[in-house]
Amino acid sequence: MNKNILEKIKVETLKANPELNEPHKNLHEKEVRVVLKNCDIINPEDINHYIAKDGYFAINQILTEMSQEDVIKVISDSGLRGRGGGGFPTGRKWDFAYKNENDTKYIICNADEGDPGAFMDRSVLEKDPHSILEGMMIAGYAIGAETGFIYVRAEYPLAAERLQKAIDDALELNILGENIFGTKFNFNIEIRLGAGAFVCGEETALIASIEGNRGMSKNKPPYPAIEGLYGKPTIINNVETLANISQIILKGSKWFRSFGTEKSPGTKVFALAGKIKNTGLIEVPMGITLGEIIHDIGRGVGNKRKFKAVLTGGPSGGCLTEKHLDQEVDFDTLVALGSMMGSGGMIVLDDHDCMVDIAKFYLDFSVDESCGKCTPCREGTIQLYKLLEKITNGEGTLAHLDKLKKLSKAVKKTSLCGLGMTAPNPILSTLEHFYDEYLAHVTHKVCPASSCRGLIEKYIIQDNCVGCTICAKRCPVQCITGERKGLHVIDQDACIQCGECFASCNFDAIITK
Amino acid sequence: MSIYVLEEQLNEFKIEVINKYRDTKSPLMQILQESQKRYGCVPVEVQEFISKEMNITTAKINGVVSFYSMFSLIPSGRHILGVCTGTACYVKGASRLVERVEALLDTEYGSTTEDGCFTLAHTRCVGDCAQAPVIMVNDEFNGKVTSDDIPKIIARHRGKNCKK
Ligand SMILES: Cc1cc2nc3c(=O)[nH]c(=O)nc-3n(C[C@H](O)[C@H](O)[C@H](O)COP(=O)(O)O)c2cc1C
Ligand code: SF4
Ligand code: SF4
Ligand code: SF4
Ligand code: FES
Repeated sequence: MNKNILEKIKVETLKANPELNEPHKNLHEKEVRVVLKNCDIINPEDINHYIAKDGYFAINQILTEMSQEDVIKVISDSGLRGRGGGGFPTGRKWDFAYKNENDTKYIICNADEGDPGAFMDRSVLEKDPHSILEGMMIAGYAIGAETGFIYVRAEYPLAAERLQKAIDDALELNILGENIFGTKFNFNIEIRLGAGAFVCGEETALIASIEGNRGMSKNKPPYPAIEGLYGKPTIINNVETLANISQIILKGSKWFRSFGTEKSPGTKVFALAGKIKNTGLIEVPMGITLGEIIHDIGRGVGNKRKFKAVLTGGPSGGCLTEKHLDQEVDFDTLVALGSMMGSGGMIVLDDHDCMVDIAKFYLDFSVDESCGKCTPCREGTIQLYKLLEKITNGEGTLAHLDKLKKLSKAVKKTSLCGLGMTAPNPILSTLEHFYDEYLAHVTHKVCPASSCRGLIEKYIIQDNCVGCTICAKRCPVQCITGERKGLHVIDQDACIQCGECFASCNFDAIITK
Repeated sequence: MSIYVLEEQLNEFKIEVINKYRDTKSPLMQILQESQKRYGCVPVEVQEFISKEMNITTAKINGVVSFYSMFSLIPSGRHILGVCTGTACYVKGASRLVERVEALLDTEYGSTTEDGCFTLAHTRCVGDCAQAPVIMVNDEFNGKVTSDDIPKIIARHRGKNCKK
């Protein structure tokens, strides 16, 4: 394999498939395509399609023209920051591992995508798997590694299948393997499947899992770049981080910096979900305002409901509200606002969602997923969950709110790894922005969003019912009666207070008491 | 103690799985995943067999099996039904769907129906959040599910390979 062959494949494939040069369809004017540039354009199972879109030209270029330092410099100059949540500068991380001399080093792609409600990485893995392989190879060359692992979460079997096909095809063309592009560079990639543990997205736990152990976190330092997989220098990068690499090499760090802000250059892929009209993946320049994402691209909450908040950063993050709609979305702003970028999941909430209940949901998740190694996280998250449960059941007091805050801070401070250190964030953030809602639960025993069933006595249909019959269809005990287009009534004796009718009425005809 | 994987299956497991991974680095997870895939579980007899063949203590193997939620000790029912309870599905009413499924199947989350037809599996985000709420039955994807869809979904699979 050499550049001429690549060129030849490119020209022939483009000739046979002119549609590969068509632009992306249905893009909002504020969207861009860098990370997702090949998604829904190429056939992910055809390596020639990837080559036709300049695939593997970057690895060829660095192997034939650039030193390891050159590569690290371009990535450092681009200002690329890790998209896995923390936003650590990628070039700086590579430099640590490069300078840490060792015969054996490793590259790991973190494809664990643990945030429940985020699906950016899945799309890239399934729709453009070669871009991840190329990113890993470039990282491997830069730091001096010959082996890469992709740790894919078990829930993504199709992603694993496509990656394996991509690896096999690249091996066949000798784009992976020994003496790549006729140089001394060797690189091989293996896939490892997760087995359903969120904490394995944390880098030291992920390493433990690849080594065949329980996925438990370790104290840092030492950082993996110094002492990682099998004790060797190891670079762990997120899927989206790696998907940026080959394009930065080909187009330069200046080009990359033409997107985004000074401190958060480039684009970010967000997964919009929840109470928003346009759900799905979007890619936008960093620094776009929250309002542009929610209202312009996402087209608002719809269904006559009112926008209430957006959750970012998943179980480690927090919420942003109405008053943040003008804020720019980048790594540092979100942290300053008490949330975080996380991997890019954005769950939109409307006025029917209770913030205390959401905090409880996230704590339930963290209780489930705590690896149990350290007490503050293992026991602390359970205590926090129990406090929230009391509050949503109407058994909360003002003292509980105080305790909630204090304990949250203690768990953050004393936990060993990122999971415990961030698990209380959803509580602290909702306490800060929706304190009134907590107060209503403990002092008036009312859930303003009509969501906490422990605080609801009954559901009542009002005169503005238009008789659409939806609630009657969905009631699990068939206790709602009424003619089509006629007023509906709930048989209160039979009602089991499940809340299904309240959630399904599109006409605000049902209220709670 | 029930036996879920027979002697001759273990032999086959040795030839097709253990021998393949024997000389690779840190093969335990992959071997356990193969067992889960083939037998729907990693029961004690398989753990002991791996221990003997690979020279890894049963304590270590059991520790790994119990840590990861994908591994189970007993086989699941014919169909694995999972209501996604990731964040996107949760805010779209997944917990009510869970209650509905539990009531219709008369089984709690995490267990198997008496007739062995359905196992209700904990599921946290299957990566299709734009279609929330989501119910998976084996590999079958059901998006934007409403509570009145559930009896239909259950009936459709009850018919397949189930006694009742
Ligand atoms: C509890 C926990 C879960 C994490 N889950 C993920 C994940 O699913 N995917 C990911 O890329 N990073 C995850 N991370 C961050 C990784 O530890 C690591 O920082 C990241 O993969 C580094 O890659 P990057 O520099 O390219 O962002 C998680 C961290 C913690 C503490
Ligand atoms: S903080 Fe939680 S997840 Fe991390 S090591 Fe401690 S117990 Fe395990
Ligand atoms: S709350 Fe549930 S049981 Fe009661 S009327 Fe509404 S849907 Fe029926
Ligand atoms: S869903 Fe609302 S509008 Fe429709 S019948 Fe029920 S109460 Fe009336
Ligand atoms: S939260 Fe249910 S599919 Fe992601």
